[in-house]
Parts: sequence; C-alpha cells; structure tokens
Amino acid sequence: MNRVAALLAKPWIWSFLGAVIVFVATISFTGGVGAGGILTAALSLAIFSVIVGVGQMFVITLGPGNVDLSLPANIGLASAVAMKTMGGNDSMIFVGLLAALGTGIAVGTANYALIRALRIPPIIATLSSSFIILSIDISYGRGLQIKPPPGFADFANIQILGIPILAIVTLLFTILAGIALQRTLYGRSVLAIGQNMRAAWLAGIRVERVRFFTYVLSGALGGINGALLAGYFRGASVDIGNEYLLTSIAVVVIGGTSVAGGKANVPGVWGAALFLVLLLTMLNTFGVSPGIRLVLTGLIIVGVITVAGGQKVTR
Amino acid sequence: MTALAETNRATSRGQSLARLLRTLLPALSLVLVLLGIAWLNPRAISYLGFNLMLNLAVPIALATIAQMFVITINELDLSIGPFVGFVGCVTATWLRDTPLFGVAVLLGSIGVYAMLGALIHLRRLPSIVVTLGMSFVWQGAAILLLPKPGGKAPEWLLALMGLKPPFVPFPIIAAVLIALIAHYGLMRTSYGAVLRGAGGNPVAIGRSGWSLLKIKMVMFGLAGVFGVLSGMALIGTTTSADANIGNGYTLLSIAGVILGGGEFVGGRVSPIGAVIGALTLALAASPLLTFMHIPPDWQVGANGAILIIVLAARVLISRREVRT
Repeated sequence: MNRVAALLAKPWIWSFLGAVIVFVATISFTGGVGAGGILTAALSLAIFSVIVGVGQMFVITLGPGNVDLSLPANIGLASAVAMKTMGGNDSMIFVGLLAALGTGIAVGTANYALIRALRIPPIIATLSSSFIILSIDISYGRGLQIKPPPGFADFANIQILGIPILAIVTLLFTILAGIALQRTLYGRSVLAIGQNMRAAWLAGIRVERVRFFTYVLSGALGGINGALLAGYFRGASVDIGNEYLLTSIAVVVIGGTSVAGGKANVPGVWGAALFLVLLLTMLNTFGVSPGIRLVLTGLIIVGVITVAGGQKVTR
Repeated sequence: MTALAETNRATSRGQSLARLLRTLLPALSLVLVLLGIAWLNPRAISYLGFNLMLNLAVPIALATIAQMFVITINELDLSIGPFVGFVGCVTATWLRDTPLFGVAVLLGSIGVYAMLGALIHLRRLPSIVVTLGMSFVWQGAAILLLPKPGGKAPEWLLALMGLKPPFVPFPIIAAVLIALIAHYGLMRTSYGAVLRGAGGNPVAIGRSGWSLLKIKMVMFGLAGVFGVLSGMALIGTTTSADANIGNGYTLLSIAGVILGGGEFVGGRVSPIGAVIGALTLALAASPLLTFMHIPPDWQVGANGAILIIVLAARVLISRREVRT
C-alpha cells in the first residue's frame, strides 16, 4: 500500500498513466491489431519531443520567465545546416551532425548574450532571436539540396526488435540527463537557482555560468534534434520544427516539472511525450477529423493539468 | 548642506529625466522606424502609404491590448493568436449568415475566457499550460468551422474597416481610440488601479477585501473581448478568413506589450505604450517593406532586430535611472 502511495506521489506518474490509458483505448478499438506497430511508431516520434523537452526542462527549471522560444527556428536552421554540410554524402554524416550541434550552440550562446548583456527577459530574448534565426534560415535554405544522405536516413529509421535505434540512444541520453539533474553539481545548481536565485547566488553558486550553460544546452539539443528530424523525415525544411514550440513546453509541464521552476524530473518528459504521440495516434485511429483532433488534444491537455493539479500553496 | 541639497535635486532631476525617457521610449522607437521608412522611401509617408502600411495595425493593436490585460495579472496567454483566428472564422461565416447566432457564439467565447481565468485562479494552474491547451482547442474549432480558406466578412464590417476619413488615415484614428479607451479604463479608474495592484501584490489586494477570483475573471474576460474585436477587425481588413490567419498574433502581441514598456511581473503595463509597440511591429512587418530594398527573407528578422534594439535602448536608460 505504502509503495503504491509513494508511486502515486511521484509527479511523473500521471503522464505515464495517461499514456497507458490512451494506448489501451487505442488497441481495444482496433481489437489488439497493430499494437506493436503503434508502439514502434509512437517511440520513433516521441523521441524528438523528448530531446527538445529535456533542453526546455532545464531552461524552465531556472525559474519564472525562463523559456526557450527559439527552439523551432533553431531546429529549422540546424536541419538545413546539417543537410547542406552532409551534401547527400555518407562520409560527411558525422561532420554534418557536428555542424548542427555547432549551430545549436551558437543559437544558445546568442540567446544568453541577449539575456545577459541586454538584460532582456529570456522569453522575449529567445523570441526576438527566433525571428532573426528564421530569417537566416529562409535566406540560407533557398535552393539548397536538402535531402539527407541515404546512410543517415537509413540510420534514423533503423529498428531493433521493433525498437527504433534512435529511441535507445535517446533513452541512454535521458538517463544521463536524469543523473546530471539529480546527482551533479550542475543539475543541483539549476534546481537551486529555480527555487531562489538570490539564495543560490548567496550560497556561492555561479548563477550566470549555470544559466549560460543551460541555454547553450537547450540550443545544442535543438540543433541535434533538427539534424535527426531531417534524417527521419528525409529532408530539411524551414517549418520542420514549428510544432516543437508548444510540444517542448507541453511535455515538460505535463511531465510534472514545475513552471515556477526549481522542481524537475526527466522520466515525466518521456511519459508526456509518449502520451501526446499516443493521444494523436488514438484520435487518428478513431478516424476523427483534424479539427476535432485538435479540440480534443487541447481539452485533454487542460483536463490533465486540472486533475494533476497546480502548485501547492506555499505560504 | 546646500551642496548636498543641490546634488539631491540634481539626482532627482536626472532620475525624472531618465523616467521620462523610459516612458517616451516606445514612441521614440516608433518615430525611428518611421524615419527609417521615410529615408528608404519618402513616398510611403502619405495618406495612402500609411493606409497600406498600417493595414493590419488595428487587429494587432487589439490583440496586443488583449495580451496586456493578461500580462497585467502576471499571466501569459499563448492562445490569443488561434483565438483571433477562430473569431475570424466565426465572423466570416456565422456572423454574416446568421448574425444572432454569430453574436451568441462570440459572447460565449468571451465567457470561456472568463472561465479560464477562474480555472487558473481556483486550481492555481500555470496559465502558460492552460492557454497552450486552449490554443489547440481554438485552432481545432476554427478548422472545423472553415476547413478551407473562405467565408466573407459582413458588409457593415467591411464598410467600417474601409473608412477613409479626411486627412488622417483610419488605422491611426482607430489606434488612438483603442489606446485612449484602454488607458482610461486601466490607468485612470479606481478599479483599474485594483486590477493592476493584483499583478503587483495580489496578497495585499486580497487582504484588503477584493476578490482575486473576480479580478482574474475580469482580466481574462477583457482579453476575450479585445481578442474578439481583433478577430473581427482582421476579417474586416482581409475580407475572408482562414483557420490559421491569427497564428502569428500570439508572439506579436507579447512582443507588442513588452515593446510598449510592459513588464512580465508586477502589474507594470502601459496601454498607450502597448498600442505604440503594436504599431511599430505592424510597420516593421508591413508588406511595404518589400518595396523598400528589404528582401522578404529578412522581414521577420527586421522585426526581431527592432525588438532587440528597443529593448537594448531601454536597458541603457534604466541603468541610468538606477545609477543617477
């Protein structure tokens, strides 16, 4: 009994419960047909939300007002840079990935420079930089060969026993991210800053260095995500990252991370990403129209957050 | 002694100068953008030019005011863009064909906004997530209503938005009216002060007997009202609707409030500034820029650059405010 209660107290349990309920509803509708395929497809799509979600989670955990709105533009630009660098050539895959990573790091650095040097609230800094990144992407991505090299496209779509290889890599990465969050100086610093920036500073935490690293981390993950998306969907485009603005925030919050900052968990990002993808799959299986699908998705997000509850009263 | 008094007076003068600069900054940035346009293309500074350039200024200004009400109470509305799109679809279909039903739907959607305020307050939910969810709902509803771009604006709305008053272009008159009405309501009335106080110190406002629940419902409801006006103005300008027509307004409206001198927390907002911010953004995003040697690729970027420059200027000024 106690164990169950302890489990229910975990903030991330709700997102997994939601994912399971939605999955069961889907396969009971199909009569159990295609359950494996649904899971495989859900895993392949969920990892993209997980990758950017982890970056966004670290940023949001820094405290109120911290959010990275430049992710979609960043993903779009990095996908174009990666595909151009690879140039359809298998031998350039690694260099292309590095280029995407570099793009993301540059974006993260620029974001932090705006926040720090101009003291712009992060939400506006990342918003303004996203406008500029978008322009760079539009003018850079024109007339490019944007198809990924065959080797990279194949790699992004490989499955082992129905589990996409990218999902395994992402799982390993998130385990590392979880350890980084809970067990390293960096992760504990992020949590401390989110709880009380001034107290963290007084306690000797190098607040600005941690914030810098967090925005760069989010940028870098966005960059990598751009390259992987281009590989998976076999092509880069300007709007390839568009849906990740809302999704990256949604997976963080549905996963039980506090929007007020200072409280985060990595498993919830997985649960929420799977929940959102499976929800989409379920509504598609039921054959509802795109309009109804959007309305239901929205209502379910509002419903989940209402039931799972907001912040407890602290004073 | 006298020397000390002297420096004190000088300091306070320096401070009030900095404060004045800070208040004037949104207007200054608008003037700068106008000067830039005049320099690039002098013919744009004319009755016709302003009518064209400020084409979409009215809906953007209204959406910005809607966002401002939400930001006043330390919340954020990520759904205002899709909501404007939804209102646009209702305007171009039901409001034209079955006006009574159309009006009922629009009033109902304002009610939904007020209920969201209540929900956010009662369950202490993060407004970002709730409005994020609602953005899907509005978008979905808009697609259900108008799966393909189409519909047509009601005649009276077309006539209103197409007004050509003498001397001053209609968008400018409308913007001034919007700014003055919002300014009067929020800055000059006693309940307006309470509403802003709820953003500055909710506990104090609550202790002095005001209902925070009611305040949140009023502010979200007002956001709904101005969102509806924005959607209608948009359709009056574009004549037909599209489910995605308002999507860009979420970020534009937030940027407009901040450009206009508003802050995310503490109830520090400025309705006049917000409208000026919206005008600046509308100019920067106007299609006329295409004719001004700014390639279309860089138009969005120009928006971002303007935001950054204005905010940088503000930091320089407020640093002076602190130092002097």
